[in-house]
Amino acid sequence: SSWWSHVEMGPPDPILGVTEAFKRDTNSKKMNLGVGAYRDDNGKPYVLNCVRKAEAMIASKKMDKEYLPIGGLADFTRASAELALGENSEAFKSSRYVTVQGISGTGSLRIGANFLQRFFKSSRDVYLPKPSWGNHTPIFRDAGLQLQAYRYYDPKTCSLDFSGAMDDISKIPEKSIILLHACAHNPTGVDPRQEQWKELAAVVKKRNLLVYFDMAYQGFASGDINRDAWAVRHFIEQGINVILSQSYAKNMGLYGERAGAFTVICSDAEEAKRVESQLKILIRPMYSNPPLNGARIASFILNTPDLRKEWLVEVKGMADRIISMRTQLVSNLKKEGSSHNWQHITDQIGMFCFTGLKPEQVERLIKEFSIYMTKDGRISVAGVTSGNVGYLAHAIHQVTK
Amino acid sequence: LAAYRTDEGQPWVLPVVKKVEQMIANNNSLNHEYLPILGLPEFRANASRIALGDDSPAIKENRIGSVQSLGGTGALRIGAEFLRRWYNGNNNTATPVYISAPSWENHNSVFVDAGFKDIRTYHYWDAAKRGLDLQGLLDDMEKAPEFSIFILHACAHNPTGTDPTPDQWKQIAAVMKRRFLFPFFDSAYQGFASGSLDKDAWAVRYFVSEGFELFCAQSFSKNFGLYNERVGNLTVVGKDADNVQRVLSQMEKIVRTTWSNPPSQGARIVATTLSSPQLFAEWKDNVKTMADRVLLMRSELRSRLESLGTPGTWNHITEQIGMFSFTGLNPKQVEYMIKEKHIYLMASGRINMCGLTTKNLDYVAKSIHEAVTKIQ
Repeated sequence: SSWWSHVEMGPPDPILGVTEAFKRDTNSKKMNLGVGAYRDDNGKPYVLNCVRKAEAMIASKKMDKEYLPIGGLADFTRASAELALGENSEAFKSSRYVTVQGISGTGSLRIGANFLQRFFKSSRDVYLPKPSWGNHTPIFRDAGLQLQAYRYYDPKTCSLDFSGAMDDISKIPEKSIILLHACAHNPTGVDPRQEQWKELAAVVKKRNLLVYFDMAYQGFASGDINRDAWAVRHFIEQGINVILSQSYAKNMGLYGERAGAFTVICSDAEEAKRVESQLKILIRPMYSNPPLNGARIASFILNTPDLRKEWLVEVKGMADRIISMRTQLVSNLKKEGSSHNWQHITDQIGMFCFTGLKPEQVERLIKEFSIYMTKDGRISVAGVTSGNVGYLAHAIHQVTK
Repeated sequence: LAAYRTDEGQPWVLPVVKKVEQMIANNNSLNHEYLPILGLPEFRANASRIALGDDSPAIKENRIGSVQSLGGTGALRIGAEFLRRWYNGNNNTATPVYISAPSWENHNSVFVDAGFKDIRTYHYWDAAKRGLDLQGLLDDMEKAPEFSIFILHACAHNPTGTDPTPDQWKQIAAVMKRRFLFPFFDSAYQGFASGSLDKDAWAVRYFVSEGFELFCAQSFSKNFGLYNERVGNLTVVGKDADNVQRVLSQMEKIVRTTWSNPPSQGARIVATTLSSPQLFAEWKDNVKTMADRVLLMRSELRSRLESLGTPGTWNHITEQIGMFSFTGLNPKQVEYMIKEKHIYLMASGRINMCGLTTKNLDYVAKSIHEAVTKIQ
């Protein structure tokens, strides 16, 4: 007999399951609005020009393949910190931070989660917004922490339940951990306005909470990297020493290269060194040291003025296309004669949109129109093109009229 | 960290790797999309095939699984996390894990951080006779609680360079079978040790042929020289396809919360190489180049020490295999080497054979001679 007779079959990943079903569908009009990966207006994956240029530069240098340090490529981690914090950031200039390279967003989140489990003794509770990215919960749970929630999304208005959020957060036990999406909230696309962020910072400071920012879409949300990092920077300026996870999967299209970073803002440079030493002790038994390719591409882009300029234009281009698809979807729905209020589609920001569609309606979209999305009504706007936005609007109208 | 060096003391990007990287760079149809959670399918199948052999009964019977991982370390960690959750009960953190004395120092941390509470050592290195303490090893296995997990080095034991002979492996397997001990192989040097992929995989394949269910953590860091691309694979051999499928589905969940999906660059290079007969042949040749240089350095060092009449026996230098050699120098002698001769070795007396070159062989041999004769 086998050692594994009692091992249960794991449930299929809900998001990837959407893509599986999509692949099997033979309808020529089918649309995959499941996975969060950017597509161009032809529905194709988009490799950024600045990435191709960086790759060509790297290839010509004929570098070796020696191990990176445990904490990753220094040029990359420094540039990552500067990108997030801003070059004028006091925390950045005084080096009172540590940034280590992580395996894209997930790996960076996990390093942070493991670090909290080992060193944050005040609480085991991580407060997530309701809803949050599906993978947040198992990441923190596997790290040994417990999950709690604060109100965030208001399904009645398809926008932010700000008073609910403030109410819940003001009651979180002191010194708990709170996770915030820096921009382009996943899955809802609903972000606080700057005035709301100011109030959130104040209440979080009052409750003495440890703030964990997940920033997976810097630049990709509004098209402006500084605007998208505003919340993170504001919190730090208010004296809140946040911890932060960054991903370059979307904003540089480096998905499979796994480029990411984890940062801890510290009291001073000396504390940062101690924290760094502990992060390395956590990383070594996970995978020893991180993969070079994606980090090196990102580093070339961030550190080469011409490439960086080009990148900013390209990331704005992606953000603009998404914004334009949102606009077109709403106008097409109006043209179809829909009487519903679809303003939330253009109010929301980033790759995802919480349409407000109910599970039964989603089911119909899948079955009758071959339009695939997750059951919660989330669509990846990146999967919408000028060629299929009309079809999408038509289908949504059919199932909601 | 240990990496291969040429006779000029330089890092070496394998010619076949350069070629394949160029092919990848020129292929405009490739993009940077996410790999599946378990990794690039062509990589996984080929990587496991390399470990188990083309004619592996386990492959033929469709009872193997593979998880592309972040280097050998990543493969070990996924395997350890799975075992902690699902082996010998559910979440049984008390299952003893046995690691050789000595072993790669990170082995301990991997299993501790995966949640195991009872990490033990098994006898391995006999310092007096400078070889394998087989009897000690077998005794430890006899005494180990049933279902204990044993971390076995598939070849080129790190740090001693001392491997069991096929006959000794047979004895080890017999005890493990009788005592229901779980074999978790760490294979970081396949091909790099002897120059032959098949020879270096003999132990793993023997265990498979004996009907064991096992894990094998593979690294392509050394044999492909792809250190910083983090290319590894966890090969799972089970009783049947159904069991393996369920195991993989749970490993997928573990991967999803650790790194979501693995990096594509290194896996593409390995997959492209292994699936082309011509590139595969070139790769084997490159691997043999590395292995042969190390073997040459071993024989040259030994012959110099014997010519110098350095006290002691030095056959262990050529009998050991792989990147490392346990010279037998004691800590005081090691200190002499470092301080007086500026030759860097570990306090254990472990030397990285890749650091030897035709230019420094004489110096190293003379230094060892001095250390042994001057310091006791």
